[in-house]
Amino acid sequence: MEIPGPNALAVRTANLCRHYQMGEVLVRAVDGISINIGAGEFVALLGPSGSGKSSLLNLVAGLDRPTSGAVIVQGNNLAALSREQLAKHRLHTVGMVFQSFNLIPSMTLLENVELPMRFAEVDRGERSARARQALERVGLSGRLAHRPTELSGGEQQRASLARALINRPKLLLADEPTGNLDSRTGTEIMDLLHSFNRSLGMTVLMVTHEQALAEKYAGRMLHLADGKLVDDVSNDHVPNISSVETPAPRGETP
Amino acid sequence: MKFYDVTDLAIRNLRESVFRNSLTTIGISVGVASLVAMLSLGIGLQQLASSRLQKSGLFNTVVATSRRDLRNFREQREEGPPPAESPALDEPARKKIEQIPGVVEAYPDIRFVTEVRFDDKPYLTMVAGIPFSAKNNNDAFDGMQGNFFSSEAGPEVILQKSFAEELLGMKPKPGADETNIAALAKPLLGKELTMRYSERTSSPSSSSAGPGDSAAYSVVSRQLALKIVGLTDLDPDSMRGTARARVFLPLKLAQDLHIMQSNLRDTAASDSPSYTSLSVRVGNPNQVPAVEDAIKKMGFSAFSLVDATRSMRQFFAVFDGFLAIFGSLALTVASIGIVNTLVMAILERRREIGIMKALGASDADVRGLFFAEAGAMGLVGGAVGVTLGWALGRLINFGTNIYLERQHFPPAEIWSVPLWLVLSAIAFSIVVSLLSGLYPAARAARLDPVQALRYE
Repeated sequence: MEIPGPNALAVRTANLCRHYQMGEVLVRAVDGISINIGAGEFVALLGPSGSGKSSLLNLVAGLDRPTSGAVIVQGNNLAALSREQLAKHRLHTVGMVFQSFNLIPSMTLLENVELPMRFAEVDRGERSARARQALERVGLSGRLAHRPTELSGGEQQRASLARALINRPKLLLADEPTGNLDSRTGTEIMDLLHSFNRSLGMTVLMVTHEQALAEKYAGRMLHLADGKLVDDVSNDHVPNISSVETPAPRGETP
Repeated sequence: MKFYDVTDLAIRNLRESVFRNSLTTIGISVGVASLVAMLSLGIGLQQLASSRLQKSGLFNTVVATSRRDLRNFREQREEGPPPAESPALDEPARKKIEQIPGVVEAYPDIRFVTEVRFDDKPYLTMVAGIPFSAKNNNDAFDGMQGNFFSSEAGPEVILQKSFAEELLGMKPKPGADETNIAALAKPLLGKELTMRYSERTSSPSSSSAGPGDSAAYSVVSRQLALKIVGLTDLDPDSMRGTARARVFLPLKLAQDLHIMQSNLRDTAASDSPSYTSLSVRVGNPNQVPAVEDAIKKMGFSAFSLVDATRSMRQFFAVFDGFLAIFGSLALTVASIGIVNTLVMAILERRREIGIMKALGASDADVRGLFFAEAGAMGLVGGAVGVTLGWALGRLINFGTNIYLERQHFPPAEIWSVPLWLVLSAIAFSIVVSLLSGLYPAARAARLDPVQALRYE
């Protein structure tokens, strides 16, 4: 994997903090994290529950604002953006995948995938064609008119991947994408993530607590604990996808 | 988001909880219906009252008189030139008055006491000329027996009911049921009535006489056969008080006969007669004050009953206001229902809102969605409510008319739903709904996506 130069940074954070008050206690969810993630990297965020992985991901996604410090995605300091601009950032720059899929249950798969294009004001004719194409790419061309509840977890996650990529973002953010899946379907999803990373050159930032998955797919692993970055490991030999056997699921990293 | 997408998503959402949203919409409908019902009752009554009054000629008529005739019996000084310099109320003056904006027509008042013979018996009565145009704008002729004059100057006559009773030798018994006018009409219509009158003819020596001198004319006694064409129950001459006429001729005919009027002070029966007074009919009661002023500026006296209509309009403005307030109460309750429904929807769709925001929906998109939902409920509720209110009005109208018929009154539209009321009721319903959507929409827009997406 090529080492990204400073000009090709996808994400840069500088002394990034996200603190919030919970009753009497000040929770330091993200506490002074400074990282650089190059364009095209596949990065896994690892750490125990409450270590701040999801909070960091939300800051990069523009769903949340930092208490202090900078989070610069594709050259934009999100801390300085208005609510309106943050919405645009979520719409065009990043795509998100969640542990619980978060498909809208009242909509068919096709409508779910079309939804971000409604916000982006893409023409109706183009929308349908693009959504069909995206669903085809994740192997769901036969399920266009199905509702999410009629599908398996793996199928739902693939649909949500199609939805995340529909507005052609530069950065894919995945929050425990395999957390609700059995290991075999989990692998399928990881293979898809990997292929998007490779074929589209898309930067992937994935939160997981499964060390094994991270080791297998991520080129770099960031370990977090108590809101701080404790380890930054490059994984120089990400194995070839085709040669990988189904891994046994593992528990939380201690 | 584009308008189509906002509407599409809003309708989807409304359909998702169709029962609850229908109930809310029904609430709006009832509110709008009560508002429409109240207002259309007010408008209907007002229209009824003002059309009746307008047709009576009381409120759209200005009586113009020459000041010359006032000098003998009026002490009070009016503005304008002193009576002696006041212009003559003659044919050119009549034409000039007809030119005043808003004036439909100005016609001389012709009335005189004379003898009519029917069945060889003489009767003394007041006879008045009625303009041909009165056919359509005097409600005394709405329910009449027989017909209105067939032409502008035909030798025809319309009788007032009490005079018809006299002709037939019937005496109205006080307290007894009113005589059936149809029974009166039967033996009279088509019969002949002979009117005796005095014609003024100018004498050759009159050319040098100035106006105001009453010397130079002669009087010739004549008689004319007239056909009874109509019989009216109401009094078409109601503005005249005690000097009411009971026999009516076409005005043109009365003018052509050059009848000697007892109160006429002018001289010549020539081509330019001068009149005691003119009735000036105005198209719209609102224009009466302006016309009155214009006539006064010309140097004549003018008189109208417009103040009475002003206080009537004032009364109805207050009355409508009260009705609108009562009607709005239901709509207020309904709008609280909208707020409640939408706030519930936010709680229910919390996660969905979070998802949409995570996917890139802006605050404005989310706000627009809730606004559209409120607006759609307002639109549907308004449309259904107007229909409901209209149907209710028809029903009440129907019931009222059955009652009126039993009481031997002509049917009346006490209920009026004009198009502007329909449109503004729907618009008002949408506006109220949008206002109700203001708070829920703002709340949904400000929803923190991180909180909304947190696993439950």
